[in-house]
Amino acid sequence: MTVFRPPSAALRQCVGLAARIASASIGGYALAVATAFAVARGLPISRVEAMTTASLLAILAMPAAAIWSFAAPGPRSATAGVFGLTTLFALAAWLLGQPA
Amino acid sequence: MKRSLRQSMSGLHTWSGLLLGWLLFAITLSGTATVFRSEISGWMRPEVTAVAPPAKAIEAAVGWLARAHPKAAGWYLAAPDDRLATVQAVFDDPAAPAGYRDIALDPSTGSPDAMRATLGGEFLYRFHFELQLPYPWGRILASAAAMLMLIALISGIIIHARIFKDVFTLRPGKGKRSWLDAHNVLGVLALPFHLMITATGIVTLLTLTMPWAAMANYGQDLARTFAEQSPGLVSRPAAGTPETLAPIGPMLAEAERRFAGGRIGRVSIANPADANSVVTVANHDGDQLAYRQSTVSFDGGSGRVMGAYAESRPAQQTYAALYGLHMARFAPWVSRWLYFGCGLALAGTIATGLVLWLQARQGAAGPGHMLVARLNIGTIAGLPIAMLALLWGNRLLPFGLAGREGAEVSVFFWAWGAAILFGFLRPVRRAWIELFWVAAAGAALLPFASFALTGRGLWVAILGGDRLFWGFDLMLFALAALFAAIARKIAAHRAPAPRRRRTPAPA
Repeated sequence: MTVFRPPSAALRQCVGLAARIASASIGGYALAVATAFAVARGLPISRVEAMTTASLLAILAMPAAAIWSFAAPGPRSATAGVFGLTTLFALAAWLLGQPA
Repeated sequence: MKRSLRQSMSGLHTWSGLLLGWLLFAITLSGTATVFRSEISGWMRPEVTAVAPPAKAIEAAVGWLARAHPKAAGWYLAAPDDRLATVQAVFDDPAAPAGYRDIALDPSTGSPDAMRATLGGEFLYRFHFELQLPYPWGRILASAAAMLMLIALISGIIIHARIFKDVFTLRPGKGKRSWLDAHNVLGVLALPFHLMITATGIVTLLTLTMPWAAMANYGQDLARTFAEQSPGLVSRPAAGTPETLAPIGPMLAEAERRFAGGRIGRVSIANPADANSVVTVANHDGDQLAYRQSTVSFDGGSGRVMGAYAESRPAQQTYAALYGLHMARFAPWVSRWLYFGCGLALAGTIATGLVLWLQARQGAAGPGHMLVARLNIGTIAGLPIAMLALLWGNRLLPFGLAGREGAEVSVFFWAWGAAILFGFLRPVRRAWIELFWVAAAGAALLPFASFALTGRGLWVAILGGDRLFWGFDLMLFALAALFAAIARKIAAHRAPAPRRRRTPAPA
């Protein structure tokens, strides 16, 4: 007879850590990509200048995501923050569209 | 599970630093040596004693290339300067194992034949960001390592409650506490440099790792991206009809006149034997901070000016300045030594961090602990040995050996592999001491061996004003003293601290 048992604290901690690591690495790069897209399209300057500015700014997205992923109070808010912001930037870039 | 910010940042700092720590040490140390890339190249080609003005040397190089490699799609030349006497030439060559050649040419004859075949300082430069891995994997791995280091630096700053006080704190002979102090002093003292060199290192590989902004604004149109990014670049397809290049001297003179006091730097010649050849002359990359040079382009057949360009757009200039900060081509001697010193401090920060990881886990003696302990030895003590072995190989390998430049690189990796193996086979403490003595002996004896084999160096160099060689000898003796001091320090370390007695160290 198997009895349903809630996941142990150790397992929960393990999953939480994995979520934070994924949020910092995969989420961090995804945020950098979305930042690059949104800034490149959103800046009201020539598109080659916007491109270079966006690429440089995108560098900062990754360490920021990594710090947030581990500084956030829980794994849920860690992933929500990084992936939420990524979605927001991606949406903005999609709405702006590729400049002609 | 409630953790403080410092605790969570401490975990991030520890693991982001350890994950690619050994790779970061190798990248940092080879990058630090690359600060003197020109000097290393000069030392590794002791046969070259001629000097020629940049324009004359380029003329000689073009003459030799026109005879030896007229079919190449392009010749890319770097003119000699006050630091390096040879012309560096890159061109495609189907006969070469890599498909292209990157060689030095004598400034007076334009030929590579009278000097030993070696990559010179270019090997450590390439290794610094390509890690001897196939394109683009080495560069991607180097970028990932740099990003982890940036994260380790930022989280390291956050966990420091007393960042400024720590600069003045060093408590020697206190085991783990001393390692932590050393880690902090080295890390904090040159912190602006560490942050700058790490972030700008990421900038240099940005077009590879962050092509997304280009995709956002240009889609798949790479040609258009490139054209708008470098509007000064004149390129046209080969006509298919042969034509000889006009004399290059007048083109160089015209370019130099337009640079208004700037020196000739790079000269690229596209489709050199074709009617549509294009000669592009860029000013010397040491003339300004920004790593994007002014260019003048010529029609190769007639020598007529086709266009000139100097960058003035703010974002492009920012990018080029960040790139230039990393390359340090602009740096005069004092800044060059500062780059070198700060680079060593960064290597020291990484090395003490790796040792500290072990010190903080004295009791644990699992396989992971063992692996870190052994890899620390093979990397921190092994890499200097490998770099010295490269220089020894340069002096000892026979002149006419086929594939000689590759053999030098093999010596580097065999020596490194041997050091890593040694670190696994010997008792930990003995391995550290013995390898640092090997490094000290390798550095101290090299000037004598080099003098015996080349006739350049030691007192002859001092009396004859051969600055490159006496400077190099002096540097090797200084490094030997450093390695010997480290070996003696480890040998004198008896681990008597009461904290450490509670958990006996594994034999």
